[in-house]
Order: sequence, then C-alpha cells, then structure tokens
Amino acid sequence: MDTSSSDSDPVRLSLTSRYSDWVLEALEELSDCFLITDPAISGHPIVFASQSFLSMSGYSKSEILGRNPRLFQGPETDRGSVCQIREAIRTRQSVQVTLVNYRKDGTPHQVLFHMCPVFVEEDGSVVHFFAIQVPIVRRPGTRPCSKGLLRGCRDEVRKGCDAHAQKVFDNVCSRVSEEGETCMAGEWERERALNAANSIISALNRYNNFTGLVVSTKQCCGPRTIPAFSSCLNLSLGGINKSFVLSDPHLPGMPIVYASDAFLSLTGYSRCEVLGRNSRFLNGPGTCSKALQEINASIGAEKSCTLRLLNYRKDGSSFWNLFHISPVRNATGKIAYYIGVILDEASKGELNGISPEMWQFGTVGAVKVAVRSLSFSCSGPSWSSNSR
Amino acid sequence: MLKIKRVPTVMSNYQEEMSTEAVGCGRNCLGKCCLHVSNLPLYTFSSNLNSPKSESFLSELLLAQWEERMRQGLFRYDVTACETKVIPGPQGFIAQLNEGRHLKKRPTEFRVDQVLQPFDPAKFNFTKVGQEEVLFQFQNGGLIEKSYFLERAGVDPAMAPNVVAINVSPIEYGHMLLIPRVLDCVPQQIDQDGILLALHMAAEASNPYFRLGYNSLGAFATINHLHFQAYYLNIQLPVEKAQIEMITQRGLGESEKGVKISRLMNYPVRGLVFSEGNTIGDLADVVSKACICLQQNNIPFNVLISDRGHQIYLFPQCYAEKQALGEVSQELLDTQVNPAVWEISGHIVLKRRKDYDEASEASAWRLLAEVSLSDERFEEVKEYIFAAIGVVESKFEVNNEEKERAEEAAMLDGNMFEPVASHFQEGCLVVE
Repeated sequence: MDTSSSDSDPVRLSLTSRYSDWVLEALEELSDCFLITDPAISGHPIVFASQSFLSMSGYSKSEILGRNPRLFQGPETDRGSVCQIREAIRTRQSVQVTLVNYRKDGTPHQVLFHMCPVFVEEDGSVVHFFAIQVPIVRRPGTRPCSKGLLRGCRDEVRKGCDAHAQKVFDNVCSRVSEEGETCMAGEWERERALNAANSIISALNRYNNFTGLVVSTKQCCGPRTIPAFSSCLNLSLGGINKSFVLSDPHLPGMPIVYASDAFLSLTGYSRCEVLGRNSRFLNGPGTCSKALQEINASIGAEKSCTLRLLNYRKDGSSFWNLFHISPVRNATGKIAYYIGVILDEASKGELNGISPEMWQFGTVGAVKVAVRSLSFSCSGPSWSSNSR
Repeated sequence: MLKIKRVPTVMSNYQEEMSTEAVGCGRNCLGKCCLHVSNLPLYTFSSNLNSPKSESFLSELLLAQWEERMRQGLFRYDVTACETKVIPGPQGFIAQLNEGRHLKKRPTEFRVDQVLQPFDPAKFNFTKVGQEEVLFQFQNGGLIEKSYFLERAGVDPAMAPNVVAINVSPIEYGHMLLIPRVLDCVPQQIDQDGILLALHMAAEASNPYFRLGYNSLGAFATINHLHFQAYYLNIQLPVEKAQIEMITQRGLGESEKGVKISRLMNYPVRGLVFSEGNTIGDLADVVSKACICLQQNNIPFNVLISDRGHQIYLFPQCYAEKQALGEVSQELLDTQVNPAVWEISGHIVLKRRKDYDEASEASAWRLLAEVSLSDERFEEVKEYIFAAIGVVESKFEVNNEEKERAEEAAMLDGNMFEPVASHFQEGCLVVE
C-alpha cells in the first residue's frame, strides 16, 4: 500500500528535512543494499531503500517505504539474531549478525546484517538507523554446497552462458540449502559492510549544508539537553500509537519533552513547534479556568486526574478534550514526567469498542512501563540530579 | 516433614483479611456462589496463530485494566515508586528495593517437602478473591478470525472460566496472575492445559517484554491453587541473555514433536530451555511432560515463559530443602529473598536498603548459585526428564560440529555472532 505522497508526509521528509534535498540523490548513487529507518516516527519505519536493496529483495520503493523492516523476516529467520537487533536498537548501538531475509517472492536468502545508529554530534540524539545487507556468497574452501545448490550451478554452466552463470551461482549459493546449512559471512562481507557504512555517513554529512547537521555512528559527549532525552523517549515510546505528551516538571515552565505522532496529527502542530513549550498553548478563550485550576492542583498534589476541557488546534478550531493527566515515575521511583493523554471527544466512537477511560488508562500503562526502564537503556545524565 | 519459616507474600487483599474460618459469601467473589450471576470483562483469543494480531491489543487492555485498579487503590503500594537498578556487570542482574512486599505479621510455617499437595478449600484460594481484583476472563475462542474484547460479559461456569487477576503485591507494573479454570480448584501443579493457556497468553500479548512465570510448591509458590504470574519489564532479563547450548536436535519423531531442548550456560542456576515445536500444543505437551516428571519425583521447580511463548526455561531447584536442613548461610537468609522464578531469571527484589545499596553481580550470583542443583544432580534430573519425554540426547558428532563452527566464527572476528541453524513455524517480529 502506498504511503501518502503529500508534502507533509513524515516518511518522505525524514531525510530531506534534516539534511537537504540532495542527500537522496547522493544515497541513490551508492551501490550497496541498505535501508534507513526513522525511530521518531511511530512504527520505526523505513524512510529510504537503496536501488540495490530493491533489486535484491524484489520489492518496489512504494511497497516498503513507511513499513517496518520486520516484513523481510520469515520462518527461517533466527530468533536470536532478531533479539540482538532489537536490543541494539533499544540501547542505540551498532550490531552485526547473519540473518535470513525473505524476498517479495518468498524465497529466503542469507545476508550479513550490519546496523548503525546515526547520532547527531551536537547533542547525542539518534536521528536515524541505517541497516546494510550484504548477501552472503559461498566460496570454495568453506562448506561444500549441498547437492541441490550444485545442481543449479552446473546446469547454468552447461548452458554455456558465463555471465549469467555467475549471477545464478551467486543467487543460488546465497540461498539457505534444503538441509538447513548456513553460510558463514567472511572477511569480504564484513569489509563491504564497513565500507558501505562509511559511504552512507559521508553522504549524509556532505549534504547537510542547509541544516548544518553533523552526524556520526558514534555518540560523542555533547551537552545533555532535551533532544537527547527525546531520542531515548522516541525509541521507547514510538510504538505507543496514542495521542499524548510527556512534560518534565523539573524543568522551568514544565515543558513538553515528548509528543506522540498521534498528538501532532490531532492538534495540527509539528514536533518542533511543540517540544520545549508548556502544553497551555492548547488552551484558548473557551477553556474553562476551573478545569485548569484542577489540573494544576493535581500536579501540585502529585496525583492524576481526568476531566473534559475545550482545547484548540493550531488552525484555531476547537475540540472537547477528554483529558487525563498522571505522574509517571522512572526507575529511581521518583516522578520523572507527567503524561497528558488527549482524546478528542468526537472520536470516542472510533475506539474499537473500548471506553474512553480504558483508552486513556491503556496509554498511561504503556508509558509507565516504558519510562520505568528508560534509564536502563539510555546513558543519560544522572537521574538523581533530576528527581525531587 | 521439612518446614521453614517464611514471610509469605500477600497476592490478594482477601488473603490478608482471611482468618482460618471460611468466610460466608455475598462478597462478590470468584466462587461458584457468585460467579454465575456476575459480569466480568471478557477477552476471547483466537487459537489460530496465523490470524493477524494487533500487536498491542491484549497488552493495552491488560495495562488499562491494571492502571484502573491502581486508581481504585487495590494495591498495597505503588510499585513504580520502588527504586530499581541494573547491577553493573556482564549478567546485568536487576535489583529492586521493595520494603512493602512482605507481610509485617508473624511468619507462618509452610510445608516444603511436598511438590504435590491436595487442594485444601479451607485455605486461601482464588475463588475467595473479590471480583474487583479480576482484570478479565481469558477464554480460548477456537479458530475464530480474530480476538475480541467485551467490557462486560456474563460468566458461564460451564465454560471453565480462566481469569486474569491483579497481584496486590506487585514486583513490577502490570504484575498479574493467570488462573486457569478457577472454579475447578486445581492445586498448584502443571498440566498440559495450564501451560498451553499460558503460552497462548504470551503469544497473544505479542510483546517480548511480557513474561509469564510459574513456581511449584517447594519452589516458593505461596498459594496451592493453580496460577501463573506475569508482568512487563522493558529490558532483557539476565537469563534471556545467557548463552544456551543445544542438547537435542529438533527431532521430528512422535515424542520430540519438533521441540528443541537446550541447556543454560554461564548462568548461576542450571536449567533446561525448550523452544520451537511443531505447534504451540506440541511445545506445551513436551514442557508439561517435563514438569510432571519433576512433580512426580518430588523435585521443586520454576518455569519462565519468555519471548512471546517461544522460549521456556525450566529450573529445578533445591533452596527450600537446603534452608530446612540448615545448609544456607545466615548472610543469605538475612536478605529474606525467596528465590522464585523472577529472582532466578535475574530480577531480584530486596527488602533491605543495605542489601540494595550493596548489591553486586557477585552477591547476586552467590545467591542464585545456592538455588541451583549441582552438576551431578542436574544431569540426573535431566535424564529423568528425557526418559519421561521419550527423547534421546543427540549423538556426540552433532554437538561437536556446532562447537567447531562456533570456534571458527570466534576466530574470524570477535564481533561475529554464530548463527544457529533453526526453523521457526511462525514469523519473528522486531519490536519497533
């Protein structure tokens, strides 16, 4: 299914808004098979796929942009490798594993999977992940090909078509054999992966003139500001497909430090218009001050509350917000954030049969679970200095 | 008869109130008296594992209901206010300081020398739990197209309702109890249906950070009424990170049913790991046979269900027996840690600030090593289990081949991870 082709589609803007329009061309010129994903978008989708990747996998660009790379996995994909990749994403590290991926036609093939986070040098936040796939080819001197594979190779050679035979040989040998033998990635594949990684980072940096963004695959020590938190939060909370914001009560003005995509869609704001501001921008002339007092009182008492108040979108239109606010603690046991869950009353019939209350509580629960182990995965500033 | 003094954990508010007399009804409990005229939320899952699963449907509902019970004040304390940390070190043990978890009353005696004990209706059991502690019924809808949820539904006792209830002394957010066939009053022992239900729940929750656990009697189960525990923790548990070494290939014979059996390596507690299986029912079958074998041989054990129900750890243990025989050091006894399934998996709840502040990888390892069977005893127990399942340990050459490949990989590059040849019948999912 094609993703929206509108100019405001976050998937299409993911790279160009951070680097420049030219970065896409530069990336297209690279001959390696790789994907780039954006963890800040819900579902951690693919925002770029190289031509080689598309040829290798048999998919077209529109079929995979906006989707999560798990679609390339299948029955023979090793669960342990998938767990390693998942952990690497969570802890924002590089990882290299052998993986069985599936093409569009369902055939499995082995690749050396090499994934790196892309850090913004200035503040240490992760802005993208890129994943290189180097197809693994059997070479003489390693394990012998099984009978099935050799038969394929011999047939093609017998047909006397040399260049074609080489291509078939490569293709056939990169398949997992019927007996389940796996190919080993060797020096050659690993070197290709590293070269590809360097090329990608160079391309990203070369075309950042417009935005001035400098990136690398290593996290440097930078000032610990809100964007670094955002990056951690993005990775942990990105999968929660509800409309909510997190505000930090320890920072002056209690600004928003995280806003979900659903919140941005509902209110019409963009992420940078919202981060760092107090959520009172949602209020307007029709917002009842008693409701606001109640919210403030709850925050003061470190309690949760649910109420209905009139809020305003960016375009000035109003909506009845079935609002729920609750303190959220992190691993120190102290309050780290307040979550504000925003539900447009007009859409309460579209909640799959769940009551608005359960919808709100489900959001709070998922966020509480995520924030509780946030500090385990992010080497952020010492948490005790932030707690009350 | 071996006995130890323990301070039990209160799992239900009614457990706390209970005296020894049976309490009359009208309390809206889960017994036959009340249940058939009640309405409880109902989650019906599809047993067709290929049906499209909305990844977070069950999880959101579980968490929503749990949060709502927090709002009602049903928990003895706010678990999110308990300090937690990862202990530095390669294992990454997780320690929590939880001073509220244990009763402050006088300790009670608990018989620990019998893994199988008959159900005693006079003692506390889950039919006495108030319905407000129940999150929902969890029923198998068969091969329906997709799972569904009703916020209110009648309870049909003829359908042998399974319930999911809160644990009022949680060790993590979302800590709940899965009670299969609550009205049947089955004592705490594993059978195929019970394990199968737990595996379905793990698959349905579809979240790699949601685990289920089981403690047998003698391995720190507190209530002799069949139940599993479950909770969410968004980090890999140390036992999940530990290496495993395959013992049997994925045999296709009648007894093996495609289940792969491995052993845990480089981990303080010795255990077996069951994975794959031709179907979820086959995996449940093999695991339950293993557990039943232990039950019949009076060996206490704990079970951890991990990775969406695809990886099951079985830990035979002997800590309670050692305790009763006076073989555990006073230092360890003073921590008052009851090494049940979560502790064994690497998530350790500590009662004293001192133990929490001084917690180290070495001290955690020392504690868990006491729980483990010795090498010789573990091998013996493993043989019983294999005989019960009808499985033969793989020929020597297979293991050697694996070792060779692992060594080859290690030599080529320290970074390279050895791929394990494996076949899965279901797709794998990378968490976003």
